[in-house]
Amino acid sequence: MVDVARQYPGQLAEPAARRRSSMQRFLRQRSTIAILMCLPLIAIVAGLIIYPAFYSIYLAMLNKAQTRFIGLGNFTYLLQRDTFWMVVQQSAIFALSAVFFKALIGLITAHLVNNLPSKGQRKWRGMLLVPWVIPLALSTLGWWWLFDPTHSAFNWLIQSLGGSEIAWLSNPYWARFSVILVNVWYGAPFFLIMYLAALKSVPEQLYEAAQIDGANAWQRFVHVTLPMMRNIIAITVLFSLIVTFANFDIVQIMTAGGPRNMTHVFATYAFLLGIRSGDLPLGASVSLFMFPILAISAMFILRGVRKRGREIG
Amino acid sequence: MTATVAISGRPGAAVGASLKRNRRWALVTSYVFLILFAIFFLTPPYYMIVTSLKSDAEVAHLASNPWIIANGITFEQYRLLFTGTDFLIYFKNTIIVTLCVVAISMVVSVLAAFSLSRMRFWGSGILATGIFLTYLIPDTLLFIPLFQIVRGLGLLNSYWSMVLVYPTLTVPFCTWIMIGYFQSIPKELDEAALIDGAGHMQMLLRIFIPVALPGIIAATIFAFTVSWAAFVYPIAFLFSADQQVLTVGTVTSLIKADVYKWGMLMAGALVAAAPPLVVYAFLMDYYIAGLTAGATKG
Amino acid sequence: MADVALKNVTKRFDEVDAVRGINLQIPDKEFVVLVGPSGCGKSTTLRMIAGLEEVTAGDIVIGGDIVNDVPPKDRDIAMVFQNYALYPHMTVFENMSFGLKLRRVPKPEIRTRVEQAAKILDITDLLARRPKQLSGGQRQRVAMGRAIVRNPKVFLFDEPLSNLDAKLRVQMRTEIKRVHQKVKTTTVYVTHDQVEAMTLADRVVVMNAGRIEQVGPPHELYHMPKTRFVAGFIGSPAMNLMPARLEQNGEGLMLRLSDALGFPVPQSRVARYRPSAGKELTFGLRPEHITEPRGEGRDPRCEFTVTLDVVEPMGMETMVFFTVNGDEICARVEPSAAGGPGQPMRLYANLNHMHLIDPATHLVL
Repeated sequence: MVDVARQYPGQLAEPAARRRSSMQRFLRQRSTIAILMCLPLIAIVAGLIIYPAFYSIYLAMLNKAQTRFIGLGNFTYLLQRDTFWMVVQQSAIFALSAVFFKALIGLITAHLVNNLPSKGQRKWRGMLLVPWVIPLALSTLGWWWLFDPTHSAFNWLIQSLGGSEIAWLSNPYWARFSVILVNVWYGAPFFLIMYLAALKSVPEQLYEAAQIDGANAWQRFVHVTLPMMRNIIAITVLFSLIVTFANFDIVQIMTAGGPRNMTHVFATYAFLLGIRSGDLPLGASVSLFMFPILAISAMFILRGVRKRGREIG
Repeated sequence: MTATVAISGRPGAAVGASLKRNRRWALVTSYVFLILFAIFFLTPPYYMIVTSLKSDAEVAHLASNPWIIANGITFEQYRLLFTGTDFLIYFKNTIIVTLCVVAISMVVSVLAAFSLSRMRFWGSGILATGIFLTYLIPDTLLFIPLFQIVRGLGLLNSYWSMVLVYPTLTVPFCTWIMIGYFQSIPKELDEAALIDGAGHMQMLLRIFIPVALPGIIAATIFAFTVSWAAFVYPIAFLFSADQQVLTVGTVTSLIKADVYKWGMLMAGALVAAAPPLVVYAFLMDYYIAGLTAGATKG
Repeated sequence: MADVALKNVTKRFDEVDAVRGINLQIPDKEFVVLVGPSGCGKSTTLRMIAGLEEVTAGDIVIGGDIVNDVPPKDRDIAMVFQNYALYPHMTVFENMSFGLKLRRVPKPEIRTRVEQAAKILDITDLLARRPKQLSGGQRQRVAMGRAIVRNPKVFLFDEPLSNLDAKLRVQMRTEIKRVHQKVKTTTVYVTHDQVEAMTLADRVVVMNAGRIEQVGPPHELYHMPKTRFVAGFIGSPAMNLMPARLEQNGEGLMLRLSDALGFPVPQSRVARYRPSAGKELTFGLRPEHITEPRGEGRDPRCEFTVTLDVVEPMGMETMVFFTVNGDEICARVEPSAAGGPGQPMRLYANLNHMHLIDPATHLVL
């Protein structure tokens, strides 16, 4: 372009422009550069996420030694086993109850923190987010120690108050409770942070207008806060459902699926069958059961989000 | 200035509720509940610290109050951790893996985020929303086929396999965070730079990245914490102590001969958790900004 | 319908006094405008009347009742915000009926009232839309509709036109005036734009640094300002203010602006200003009272020649700017009489409209 500037006005561009190869011109196009910049991302997603996902479908249809194609054999095998149905049930209970309580606690704490004078909010927010910052595997180890059959500090507290000790990890129902408790402890701060940010994004004047219109605190929450937060609530719940449903660390470390396979979730069961027992195809088929459930919930929630996004803007 | 908790008062009534008193009540209740929640959230870390500073004897002693350190603080557990176990090897491995993964993730996602947020090309919209959908395929689904693939590549039981697979956890979200940040930077800034004579790469390096730094820092922190805390892939792909990383190593391999030295285990857990906590303590605002980036804009 | 009274109202934020001891009586059905520069406390005062800010000291009285401790929802007021504050997830109809719904007004009555208000504001065909689909002016109308529907004792407006472009602002100003004539309710209106204040108000309250400078009908504030602030604030372009010395001149008085420029004080004012003879004062004269020499019976000693700095043709008239003793002065002249920048021009100062201000007390003499 600089060449052209030195030309006499009206004169055509020098043949120098034509001398540049068409390859260089191709590369100089913005869209080519753009696609090139995306290539590493596309490579990772395609090679390490999409390809393995499809590969696992293929893998799930092989026999244990991976010598024969057995179609849906692994799936039918699983569907006939009681343990598997228990895994389905437990995964559902685990995911739904944990997400519910996480969202509830997150919503409550977000409101509480938001009501504080702004100087103190940062401190409290910092303190309350700690569970999320500690790597889950390591904090699970701490919880495991808190639940230890002989040395449980919780049991010590309960006994010193006159109660009897609880078999946190060896009684199946307490074990389920413990696993959910740890997940709620770990995940609630995430909801706190998200909801706090969402709360702050609601314009103060909407609350004032509602006050003048005659709304009390509860009515303001229902008619102003909740509708404005609907999108965030939906997205965080969806995100958390996916992550909780696929959770591995907590169950694996604290109970390894026991006692009597009653705390197994999809991830740990797949690990047990696929890696520990060496039957990769069977493990793959367990994992694959997760996908349809996740996809359907995602579809429902995202559809609702986009519709409301168009309405509210 | 903020909306008060409205309590009904008869117009003109001087008796009964004054706005100020009710607001103070509400504040006190808030603090009470917040303290309860804080106790809930901070009890496990507190207990881990207390345990790690006790002697083995005190840990094993059943009658004493486990919530306090009665017999004096000792750093014996930490000494044992560093000198008598493979802990430091795990630490070294984790650092190597994390640094590599963070570097790779940031390069890939900055490039991709820049092109997806700034440049129009066929399929850019699809790709941008599509990235988010990759999270529907969790690591606990992918680890089985990836096991096979990693074995085929001869990387099983090598921590380089972690460097290969961790980006699947970090890159999509980092890209998504940064697309949000980049989109909020006015396009006029790019155009001014281009008019001033910068090429695309120069514009990216000298104008754009400095301005987008908060978003980049937030994404880097995210990549760091996710890599540091990853558990599924290492427990599936790594077996020997010299290749293991902190999360799996602390939880599974510090247990020798079925004897759980809880004091040392807690010390190990705390030291392993320290880097993310330190990053959090100093860069809390960026940390949180990374998480909420999608919430307020998405 | 109610009157509003503010008795010694004070508001303190931390260490800053935003509002200092304001006294104001607003009779029923009056349209009062609070005007002043940003930070003068007008919005804070409005919000105290609304109940959105707590009163540090003093009383707010609405309809005879002291309402300091009464929450906004029980004060029977309605407010129109600068940013409209429409509920984004509700339709226009739902926005307007929200307050009535909360008070359990029966549905058929809600419908009638909303439709009535919609007719007054000309938004009947917008009732099913959402705020996102409306333009700025339409949103402002809906905000007003929401207020009208409530039939409150007092309307409160917080700079409602500041977000609109200039042309729309003029249109909406007329709208608001028309609505006030139809729906006669006490109105307190806050703005920083003194043109809005002058055109809309029954009475204007000029505020500065937390205090009331002057209260009165627009023309009174324009022609008879009591303080230097009001003199300089009201009127666009602003009144010319420059230092001058009042000198004894035989039986009369002389106003000396500079060594070269002095004017005789009109006979009608001599008695009023005599006690201040010999003092340095501030002289105020509006641009429209400095013109090219025109009219019969003018005092030739009030004519003078200056060199023009800047000339701004406005179409109907031309503004010319020149310097006297370092101060820039503005004059409004016939377009045909004005020269170009750098050219000399003969001007006439009509001192019958002059003001003298004591520089120590800032009060107009």
